[in-house]
Amino acid sequence: MKRFIGFVTKEFYHILRDKRSMFILFGMPIIQIMLFGFAITNEINNVNIAILDLSKDNETHKIIDKINASPHFKIEQEISSENQIEAVFKKGKVKSVLIFENEFAKKLQTQKLAKVQVITDATDPNIANTITNYVNAILQNHVQEINKKNTPLYQIQTQTQLFYNPELKSVFTFVPGVMTIILMLVSAMMTSISITREKELGTMEVLLVSPINAFQVIVGKVFPYVFLSIINATVIVLLGYFVFGMPIMGNVFLLAAESVLFIITALSLGILISTIANSQQTAMMLSLMGLMLPVILLSGFIFPISSMPLPLQIISNIIPAKWFIIIIKAIMLKGATFDLIWKETLILFGMTSFFIALSIKKYKIRLE
Amino acid sequence: MTEEKIISVNNLTKSFGNFTAVDSISFNVNKGEIFGFLGANGAGKTTAMKMLIGISKPTSGEASVAGHDIKINTELVKKSIGYMSQKFSLYDDLTVRENITFFGGIYGLTRNEIKTKTALLVEKLNLHEMANQLVGSLPLGWKQKLSFSVALLHEPKIVFLDEPTGGVDPITRRQFWEMIYAEAHKGTTIFVTTHYMDEAEYCDRVSIMVDGKIEALDSPKNLKKLYNVTSMNEVFLKLARNIE
Repeated sequence: MKRFIGFVTKEFYHILRDKRSMFILFGMPIIQIMLFGFAITNEINNVNIAILDLSKDNETHKIIDKINASPHFKIEQEISSENQIEAVFKKGKVKSVLIFENEFAKKLQTQKLAKVQVITDATDPNIANTITNYVNAILQNHVQEINKKNTPLYQIQTQTQLFYNPELKSVFTFVPGVMTIILMLVSAMMTSISITREKELGTMEVLLVSPINAFQVIVGKVFPYVFLSIINATVIVLLGYFVFGMPIMGNVFLLAAESVLFIITALSLGILISTIANSQQTAMMLSLMGLMLPVILLSGFIFPISSMPLPLQIISNIIPAKWFIIIIKAIMLKGATFDLIWKETLILFGMTSFFIALSIKKYKIRLE
Repeated sequence: MTEEKIISVNNLTKSFGNFTAVDSISFNVNKGEIFGFLGANGAGKTTAMKMLIGISKPTSGEASVAGHDIKINTELVKKSIGYMSQKFSLYDDLTVRENITFFGGIYGLTRNEIKTKTALLVEKLNLHEMANQLVGSLPLGWKQKLSFSVALLHEPKIVFLDEPTGGVDPITRRQFWEMIYAEAHKGTTIFVTTHYMDEAEYCDRVSIMVDGKIEALDSPKNLKKLYNVTSMNEVFLKLARNIE
């Protein structure tokens, strides 16, 4: 045990004295979360729109004021006929045109139904989709307000319902994604590099000649990263919670336990890589190409798995990150309890056991 | 002469597939001697040594180190030997003191033992000002001396040195050999591989490996007489040529 503490102390010296490690450990999570949260988002702000108000009555004015007050939209111009729409889009500044049909207020009063047409520039389908949803949200909100005062209920046709993320906040999908990437990066890449570094420097040989056994060496190398990864996960969740208002609907302890499981999965992958790679460079390339890319591209973090071609959908199943993202989204956004995510947990657990068994086998072959 | 045998090797063989790196070698090393293990690159000396220090398993044959069978009691062998490789094997990003503490720790020294050892070492190597410096900032010669001292920290019966003087200037090499002599004088057995033939002259006995076999084993004086030459370098060249 004392030997182990000595070993872990040494590992901490390595990590704390290496600026690069420190940056990856503590700078990266914060920068990534901020980047994804603020800069690279699907969220839209200050989108220029144009209004074609054929009615120009009390009701449309109220709605236009509301749209104008929203941080998402800026009314760039008002146009007077449908012929102008095409020209407005071609200039490229305006992303969406709202058309209020004539006698809007009157129709709402008499027929209880009025129509707003939302025409959106769909060259960027994601943004178009978001704009439409935002406009709908504002309209629905308005309808709810007027219905409070009036007993015969008024209607506006939009029927989009948004579950779990009613404001379409992109940060809700990015926090779990970034957490997954960071844990993968820290746990797998950093451990594989730190183990191969000992091989490269020749110190691994010295350790193997000493009475400390290979198992203790590996556990000693991995332990600090378990500790640091837990801190990292905590920092990310706290940033998501306090800075971006990411909810944590489920049990915090369940979230922590699942995170530790994923950290162990990533660590076992890191050990596996270090049994294959002989230099730090190889270890880094293997981690980046073999782990990071699939995590970013195939885990469902950025690109929805359901819209991938079938072969890729099948491949995505062998990526541990996919299951972890499902698990933490379920816990954080839907408040899922263990009985809802035990399948995913079991898959992750199975993968981890497999990786550990494989690295032990590989490691033994090396010593022969 | 009835010398106590501290290493005895009997028909030790290691093959990788069809290639036999070490081909049935047998020899003994006596307690307290400086044993030079010579050979050209690729002659199999590193492979042979790896088996003796317990990080490679022999294909066949036996060997015992410090009275322990290398196949059965690998852990006991590891406790009774020290090892220093050509890469100096200290951590550059740890200070002198931290390196000593770490290596003392993995060899199971108590905190007090480590404390006294550190003080002794700092005194002996005259490292007072450098004790809290990172090892990476020390000159190569210092690193080498420190590395040797660290290998001796747990007072092993035998210390294995794998080309310990590679890339070091002649003066530092000379000083290093003085350290080796001093240690051997205390009764520690030194098992050293080298390809500097002038260093072979410093050894009590040397063995010369060629193509996985030991072709010669005696004191440098006797070997020179046997081959009728004046230096170990010539002995080595003659041997290598004879084989070809």
